Amino acid sequence: MEKFKTLTATAIPLDIENVDTDQIIPARFLKATNREGFGENAFRDWRFQKDGTVNTEFVLNQPQYGGPILVAGDNFGCGSSREHAAWALTDYGFKVIVSSFFADIFKGNALNNGLLPVQVTPEFLKELMTAIKANPPTKITVDLVAQTIGIEGSDHVEPFEIDAYKKTCMINGYDDIDYLLSKKDTIEQFEKTLI
Amino acid sequence: MGKTLFDKVWDAHVVDTIKDGPQILYIDKHLIHEVTSPQAFKELEERNIPVFRPDQIVATADHNTPTLNQHLPIKDELSRKQLEQLSENCKKNNITLYELGHKYNGIVHVMAPELGITQPGMTIVCGDSHTSTHGAFGTIAFGIGTSQVAQVFASQCLLLTKPKSLRVTVNGKLKNGVLPKDVILYIISKIGTNSGTGYFCEYAGDVFENMSMEGRMTVCNMSIEMGARGGMIAPDETTFEYVKGREFAPKGDEFDKKVAYWKTLPTDADATFDKEYFFDAADIEPMLTYGTNPGMGIKISESIPETNDASFEKALDYMNFKKGETLIGKPINYVFIGSCTNSRIEDFRIAADYIKGKQKAANVTAWLVPGSKQVEAQIIEEGLKTIFDEAGFELRQPGCSACLAMNDDKIPQGEYCVSTSNRNFEGRQGQGARTILASPLMAAATAVEGKIIDITKQLQHQVRHEYTAV
Repeated sequence: MEKFKTLTATAIPLDIENVDTDQIIPARFLKATNREGFGENAFRDWRFQKDGTVNTEFVLNQPQYGGPILVAGDNFGCGSSREHAAWALTDYGFKVIVSSFFADIFKGNALNNGLLPVQVTPEFLKELMTAIKANPPTKITVDLVAQTIGIEGSDHVEPFEIDAYKKTCMINGYDDIDYLLSKKDTIEQFEKTLI
Repeated sequence: MGKTLFDKVWDAHVVDTIKDGPQILYIDKHLIHEVTSPQAFKELEERNIPVFRPDQIVATADHNTPTLNQHLPIKDELSRKQLEQLSENCKKNNITLYELGHKYNGIVHVMAPELGITQPGMTIVCGDSHTSTHGAFGTIAFGIGTSQVAQVFASQCLLLTKPKSLRVTVNGKLKNGVLPKDVILYIISKIGTNSGTGYFCEYAGDVFENMSMEGRMTVCNMSIEMGARGGMIAPDETTFEYVKGREFAPKGDEFDKKVAYWKTLPTDADATFDKEYFFDAADIEPMLTYGTNPGMGIKISESIPETNDASFEKALDYMNFKKGETLIGKPINYVFIGSCTNSRIEDFRIAADYIKGKQKAANVTAWLVPGSKQVEAQIIEEGLKTIFDEAGFELRQPGCSACLAMNDDKIPQGEYCVSTSNRNFEGRQGQGARTILASPLMAAATAVEGKIIDITKQLQHQVRHEYTAV
């Protein structure tokens, strides 16, 4: 897993609530047996019309916006547990997703793939959306070590929460398998006590 | 202080706790399918890690499988490759696989309970969010991502932070024609799609106590649609009776010993929950969704709400519905009865009971897709297939089918589908398809009428079903 400490970059405002993982990566693209290449079909049915032409209304197709930070509406990543959604977003180039609320499974999947979910208050989310829409080159700084997110040109620095264990994993690029394997003896002992 | 059902099962599976961090939770059963497992197998292989407990894993092929001509080679090359990969991975790692055509093949959340793999007090995971289904047995069951599938392969454990507790209590008597699907759609419409996020839910009250196991599975199945990782119902005599005698259920003395343990699992009277909701069964009606998430549901007697909100309007625009209008009378060309929510024998009995002696409307394409080979066999054995055939319905072969349209069962662009599945997301049943979630009874009625009707006006007799105790 890639390490993550801080990032200062432009962001894309996806001002839609309840973005489900079926939108992030539609089921018909889940037939691959490896993790690569899902970015091509990220938000496929919002990026393209049914006839394959580009949907210029959709924010990812608007040339003024770009960058590795996706700022999305409330309850991002709900629905299917498909980790392909996290793979599609990282493969597309995102490193951070900001929202006022994340669905559980998606949040876990993102953290397991070095994609940082940053949960902020609805007020700060609105402030972010407004700032980016008003001036798309606005830079956003996400500092995982300090657990803060800030907007260029604003003194407002918002703190965010993250599980201490997961934070260590992200900063160092560790994953859970390494840890679990180191506990094998304890697990085998536990199995003997099972009813 | 007393413990909840969830506490008891969770605590019994904690291997270790990391200081200021997550816990190591032991997993009893790991169910896998073709879509979310290949990358996990690959990861283990690349890191040279063996599968730790292959005998605690059961595999089935369901998401990608065709529902016609299953005896022929699969036409779609990518689907075929994914199934071949699953077979190869299972063979290499000594994992039991019920592949396409096997008498036990079926949707993972239908076949595991019917084989007795799912038992009370267990922890069960699967790379599928509807794993919450198994909570109907008083089981901690939840969906996981593929990285976690790899973790369970490697260690039979997961690193997790214990979720908060939520209880939804529904007491009273359900009205005629109100099925378990309506109960859960009603709950989600009331509390929304994310009020369960961060929580594990317990369903309590006489409505659930009186439900059959299949009805309970329908309810727990959709726990994830309100954001909860899982939902549970306390095991009782109905549960024990269902599990008893099934292929992989404990037998003889061992079964009695298990039952004695299972009886200790229900929530203690003095246990408390982080959040509670209470509903009155009499307030529930047959439900329909009108939007693009399962929380956007209304009772059949209600009209679409007049909410002013961009996301709400986007959803109505997608569905081509107007604020304030009723869904009654809307012409419908597609009906799907199937999915891990409603593809068990009771669902088909309800549909057959309604359909018997009637004809499918000419404008409707109706797909009836059993959840497993065993359900399919039972449909034939009970004579339900004859009823469906005579009424012009098509009984297909088992699989996830039009619930997520990974195979050829796709609803065309712009068409409405009254569906017994669990998600009405944009494009879920095919690009541009418009899904209306409903019970198998509402779906059957729509197929016969060719449009949405108020079923409560038509029911002359008590709907025969095992869902609610008579």
